[in-house]
Order: sequence, then C-alpha cells, then structure tokens
Amino acid sequence: MKCDGIPSGCAISGMMSEEGRRIDGRVIIKSIACMHDRSNGLGGGFAAYGIYPERKDQYAFHMMYDSMEAKEVTEEFFKDVFNVDVDEPIPTYRENGVSNPPILWRYFLEVPENKLELISERDYVMKTVMKINSEVEGAFVASSGKNMGAFKGVGYPEDIGKFYRLEDYSAYIWTAHGRFPTNTPGWWGGAHPFTLLDWSVVHNGEISSYGINKRYLEMFGYKLELRTDTEVIAYLFDLLVRRHKLPVDKAILALACPFWKDIDRMEPEQKKIATAMRQIYGSTLLNGPFSIILGHSRGMIGLNDRIKLRPMTAARKDDMLYMASEESAIREIAPDLDEVWSPRAGTAVIGTLKAEVE
Amino acid sequence: MESQLPAEFIVNVDHERCRRCKRCMINCSFGAIEFKDKVAPNHRLCIACHRCATFCPESAITITENPLDYKYGYNWTPEIRKNILKQAESGGIILTGMGNPKPYPIYWDHMLIDACQVTNPSIDPLREPMELRTYLGAKPECLKFDGDSACLETEIAPQVKLDIPVVFAAMSYGAISLNAHKALAMAAKRMGTLMNTGEGGLHEDIASYASNIIVQVASGRFGVTSKYLNNSALVEIKIGQGAKPGIGGHLPGEKVGEDISKTRMIPVGTDALSPAPHHDIYSIEDLSQLIYAIKETTDYKKPVSVKIAAVHNVAAIASGIVRAGADIVMIDGFRGGTGAAPMVIRDHVGIPIELALAAVDERLRQEGIRNRASILVGGSIRQSADVVKAIALGADACVIGTASLIAMGCRVCQKCYTGNCAWGIATQKPELVRRLNPDIAADRLCNLLTAWGHEIQEVLGSLGINAIESLRGSRERLRGVGLPQETLDILGIKHAGIGQ
Repeated sequence: MKCDGIPSGCAISGMMSEEGRRIDGRVIIKSIACMHDRSNGLGGGFAAYGIYPERKDQYAFHMMYDSMEAKEVTEEFFKDVFNVDVDEPIPTYRENGVSNPPILWRYFLEVPENKLELISERDYVMKTVMKINSEVEGAFVASSGKNMGAFKGVGYPEDIGKFYRLEDYSAYIWTAHGRFPTNTPGWWGGAHPFTLLDWSVVHNGEISSYGINKRYLEMFGYKLELRTDTEVIAYLFDLLVRRHKLPVDKAILALACPFWKDIDRMEPEQKKIATAMRQIYGSTLLNGPFSIILGHSRGMIGLNDRIKLRPMTAARKDDMLYMASEESAIREIAPDLDEVWSPRAGTAVIGTLKAEVE
Repeated sequence: MESQLPAEFIVNVDHERCRRCKRCMINCSFGAIEFKDKVAPNHRLCIACHRCATFCPESAITITENPLDYKYGYNWTPEIRKNILKQAESGGIILTGMGNPKPYPIYWDHMLIDACQVTNPSIDPLREPMELRTYLGAKPECLKFDGDSACLETEIAPQVKLDIPVVFAAMSYGAISLNAHKALAMAAKRMGTLMNTGEGGLHEDIASYASNIIVQVASGRFGVTSKYLNNSALVEIKIGQGAKPGIGGHLPGEKVGEDISKTRMIPVGTDALSPAPHHDIYSIEDLSQLIYAIKETTDYKKPVSVKIAAVHNVAAIASGIVRAGADIVMIDGFRGGTGAAPMVIRDHVGIPIELALAAVDERLRQEGIRNRASILVGGSIRQSADVVKAIALGADACVIGTASLIAMGCRVCQKCYTGNCAWGIATQKPELVRRLNPDIAADRLCNLLTAWGHEIQEVLGSLGINAIESLRGSRERLRGVGLPQETLDILGIKHAGIGQ
C-alpha cells in the first residue's frame, strides 16, 4: 500500500563540495549514524549527486517494485515512452539488518525525440514519474534525475547505507535522512529523500499547510499520491524554479516568507517584491515545523520554517558546506571547521557548485 | 375585514414593579404599548424587538411567545396556518426581512477543525506573530523577474488589503439608516477592512471613507456616477442576493426622503425599484462589457467584484464570471439577509453557502483559474468558527451582514421592511435613526471584529500555522461529522475518524 504516516522526529545531514570534488558514501553514513537516536529504524535514505558521470546525460531511474508483475508492467511502459539504454539491479549488500527489501532496479533512459513536439523533456519525464507512482500498482520511482540517485528504505540510515553499498559511489553532494515516524507503515517508498527529476528533499518536521500546498500543486498537474507532506517540497521547488523560472532566492521567499511586520519595514523595491510574492504564492508557504535540505544538480539548499521549530546547524571548511540537525553530526566528520552557525528562522543556506565545474 | 390572526407574542408587565415612567411606551416604535392609567400592551402589535424590555428601568417587562396552541398537525404547522390566514385576509405576497430561519441543515455545524498534538507543535498567538492579512484581487499565475537585475517584471492587478478577512456586507442606505452606514464605515476604517454601500449610493457624509468602501452597482443603478465608482476601494456589480435570488428590490416611496433622494438620484417620495435582471445584462458577454466599462471608468485601479446568489449551477456561473474579467466573486448563500423579500423566495430558493463555496473553489481549481479571482462568501456567517471553516473550504474572506447588525443592536425580529426599527438601524424615521449613536455602534462593531480576530488567531495557532494563507483552501484540516458521503464529497472533506 502506498501510504505514509506523519513524519516526526528525524535527523538530516548534508554535505557538498562547491569545487565539485567527489567523496564516497562512507562519510555521510558516519555523520547520520551519529544521530542514531533521532530515528527509530523505520526509514533511512540518501541522495547523491555526480554518481553517474559516464551516463550524465541519461535519466537514471531508481525503481522499487513490490512484485515481478509490477516490474513487468513498468518495463513495458518504459519501452513505450523511453529508449532504455541500461537496465540492471541496484547492487546491494544483503548480510546486515535490513529486511524485506522490494525489488530494486536501475534504468538509464533517454527520451525519444519524437515525443517532445508538444512538451518539454523534463515535463515529459515528470508526467511519466507521476503516472507510474499513481497508476502502476506496486511500482515506485525512488529517483528520476540525471547523474544522481536516491537510496532509501526501511531501517536505520547507517544500515540502509551499507545495504546499498554507498562506499562504491562518489558524489559532490550527499544528503541523508533518519526517520522517526509516528506510525508504522514500513513502506520503502515512504522513506526520505523524496525526489523528482534532479530535486531531492530530506525533511525533518511536518508541513501543517500540506492540505493547501497539495491542492495548489494539483492545479499544475502534480499528482500527490504518497500522502506524505515531504513530497510537496520537492514538487514546489520543481514548479517554482523549473517551471515558473523564479530565481532560487525568490522561491525561498515563497516557501518561508518573511512576516508582514518585517515586510512593512523593508526598502520600497524589496517590499514590493516580498508583498507580491506573498500575494501570489501564499498557497506555497510551508507552514509548520521543518528543517529541510534540498539537493539539486547545481547545489544544496538548507531551510528552516519561519519561526525555526526544528533544529539546523550549518558549517564551512574550505570548499565544503555542511548542514545537519545537530552540530555533532558535522563535527563527527569534520572536527576542524572554519565556521559554524545556526541559520536564522526562514533564512536559507545556499551552497552552489562553482560555475566552471561541470 | 377584522383579522382572525392571534397575537404572536404576549407582553407581560409586572405592575407591582412598574413605576409608570412610560419609557416602554416611548420606546416602542410598533405602537404595541399604550398607557391607560397603567401600561397596557397591545399584544397583536408586538414583534419581540426587546426595545421596551431592554429600556425598562425596573426590568418589569417580559415577552413570551403566545402560548395559544393550535390542534397538533405535523403537516399543517401553526406557521403555515397563520400564513394562509394572512393571505386570505390580504391577497398579497407575504413580505419578510432578515435571513431564512427554516431548519435546513447548517453544514458549518457539521464540520470540525483539526489541531496539533506532539508531532507538530501548536503556536501561541500571544507570543508569536499570527497573520490574518489578506489581499483581494486577481493574481497572476506566476511572477517574472528580470534575469540580471532580479527586478519584478510582472504587473499585478490592483489588490485591496484586509487586516482581518471579514468585511461588512452590502446593506443600502435606504434599507438601513445613515447612522448605521456611518458606524460601518468608521469601523471598517479602524479595523482595516471594508463596508459595502449596497445599491443605494454613497451619502456624502461617508464619502471620505473611500479606501474602506465597496461601492455597488446594482440593477437600479442608484447613485452610480463616475465619481461614485472612483470614490471606493473596489466596485461590486450585484447580480443576485442570497435572500432573494432572481428577483429585484423595492424601496417604498415613503422611505425616500430628501437625503435618500439625493443619494439615489431619484425624486423624493418615488418608489426605488431595482429590476430583477440588469436590463443591460442578459448574458455573460454583457456582464463582461459592464465589468470592463467599470474598469475603464476607474482606470483599472479598482478590483471589480461580481456578487451572485448561491444557486444550483453556481460553480459554472462563477467560472464564467471569472473568465468575464471579474477580480472577485462574491457568493451569497441562501441564508443571507435582506431588508425585505417575499417569504416564498427567501425560504425556498438557493443553496447553502458551504456547498456553493466548496463547489466554486473546486471548479476554479480544476480549471486552473482559482488565482484569477478572490472568493468572498456570505449568507449567515455567524461566528469566527464559520469564518475559519469558510476559509479552509477555500474562501479568501467572509462577509457579515446580520452579525454586524446584531452587534449594533438588532434583535433579528425580521420586521426590517416595515421601517419601524426600534433600534434605529433599519429605518429612515428621524426620531428612530437618532437612537443609533454611530460612535457607539462603531465601537461595538470594532469589538466584534477584534474578538473574532483573536479567536481566528487562536484557531490558527492550534492548527500550528501562523498565516491565514496556510489555512485558505486547506480542506485537509476539516472533518465532517454526521454527513453522508455525497455531502462530504461536495465539501471535499473526510469524515471525522479518518486520519491523513
């Protein structure tokens, strides 16, 4: 059953090299494992960027199947809508505490040119993802971006990391999540990160405005079938940045807007923009406690709700940017830091890949 | 013909306590109290407005329903029998005032609001900001920024700011007194919200409150000039009214004195007749022409609202209105009030606002045009909880008419159409109008909105959200109790007991 309860406690951690240096997965596992007690073994996961350099122009689909039938149906569907270049099992290490994994399969896909007369390539891929998640029983797209992937499941994050053999992957951005849900569906798809195209979100908290965020997204053709509030974050970024073409700082202004009392005191031009953002994008405001780390192919964004009801610490060392629920999770992997700070409520921490890095 | 109708109420006077000060007699504007050595009520004329009882210094007066029983009949209720008697005597349409009093389902009372526990913290509105600010007007689908300078490129249609998502309903000068209008205008200004002139034009005494006034253009076009349209926060085209969908209005000539004559631009003593339809609107394209005629006149600086009654096909009608260029759709439910309406229309025509609102919001979302207009709803918004539920169903703001009248002193006796309002609200008689002190009435209106504002903030805090836009359309935060599945589907909510 595609059903998720309410995420609750949770730990998040993220790291990136703004120089684009690739780091293997053992480091991020060490960081998230430090916050073991913030999760309860019902979900852990990772997102990694830059892991498929040799196939960076193809969409890497990480799939989860409940059954062979679901796999067959999905693969028939892929044949109709994509050129399938590679299909292979996702390598796993099966001798630790992780139980009952679904069938995990990986595809490298290209969009046939004749499909793109009426629709952009990424809208086409987005629609495909929505279709599989909402219409194919027992199939779930864990990730669908280029040169990135999500690795997630039911278990403690450090066990999930070992299960997926993350030591074999090197990435310039890693994000990680340990989950503490308040009920127990035990569904692999329900673990974080949630992704769409190359967006990924790890999230600690609960979006109390989920109801309207969902209805707003539905107006733009998004299908929110997972019944979890985290997916709205990924889809909102997709809508605002990719489709509405808002600059990232403006998208953040929509999702964690300033209070009116502060807007009223801004300089005229700034005030005009902030007022317009709230007038037009009120339905996208993420209200309720959250800290999130959003990954995308060119960077990483950390964001708190506007009264900071969930913890988040950020740090820098040379070209590295770190963010985590607790400072200890950063110190665990980088004891010497140039700078450590607690980002202010509603203020984003933005890491950007240097322009010259491919 | 001698009336066979028994009195509706009995006025009981405690003659032991009565000091014979005659204050009750002076206060009764319906002539129900005479003085013959002692206070002598004429029960038949009493309409239970409580004016006498309120002002009796000895609390010597009580008013009770006439206990005169009719032989029981489930089908032939006393009310139906009395109406037949009235019509047999008069041969006329039964007139009435205020909103539909019949026991139709009140869906507000079958919806419950969510609250936070453990996983998401509730927020204390006394410690944290809790924002109610709302902007009415058409919104673009998205904003565009200049690539290099990051300047905002999108031109945004005019927006009207509300500090609280509650505005005063359209009630004309004519239906209600100038003092009542003044009180509404003062309160709207002080509370950062709007009052609505209704169709009776704008008296010069409140013209200075322009930025808090909705000016209405109704089928009678009373008082409509270019100056009137521009002297406003926004302009509303009134197509229909919840209490009397599909029919016009009639202000009797005896109410049209010097001042009303000037404001409405009609001769003194003539009946002010509002036709049922606008005679220049017989289809949606005609409406569009009027919308744009008003926008041209106001130089595209005022949002234009279109007010309709909630009727069966309201969702499709609202969609047409938005596509015709309206910036705001105001929907008035079948329980909405009126100064005068035929009882047959008031009590039997239209649909509940809860269902109409849910259907309209959903339809506009399905068509991807919800952003193009704000939705205002009215028609018996009784308390702050109704406002919260309406906003969760998808309204931008609510409209209160009857509630604002009650705040000023109205006892909902439903006799507005007689012009005898003892509280100085629904009357033009100078000696009665004088009874309503606009400053005090404005204070009472402000108190009501302040109280509701605090209550709405408390509910938002318990929902764990600190801005009203996170509630707007968030039907996930509502649950139905005791509603059949089809109703739940129309409202777009789940039944209580179902989790996320």
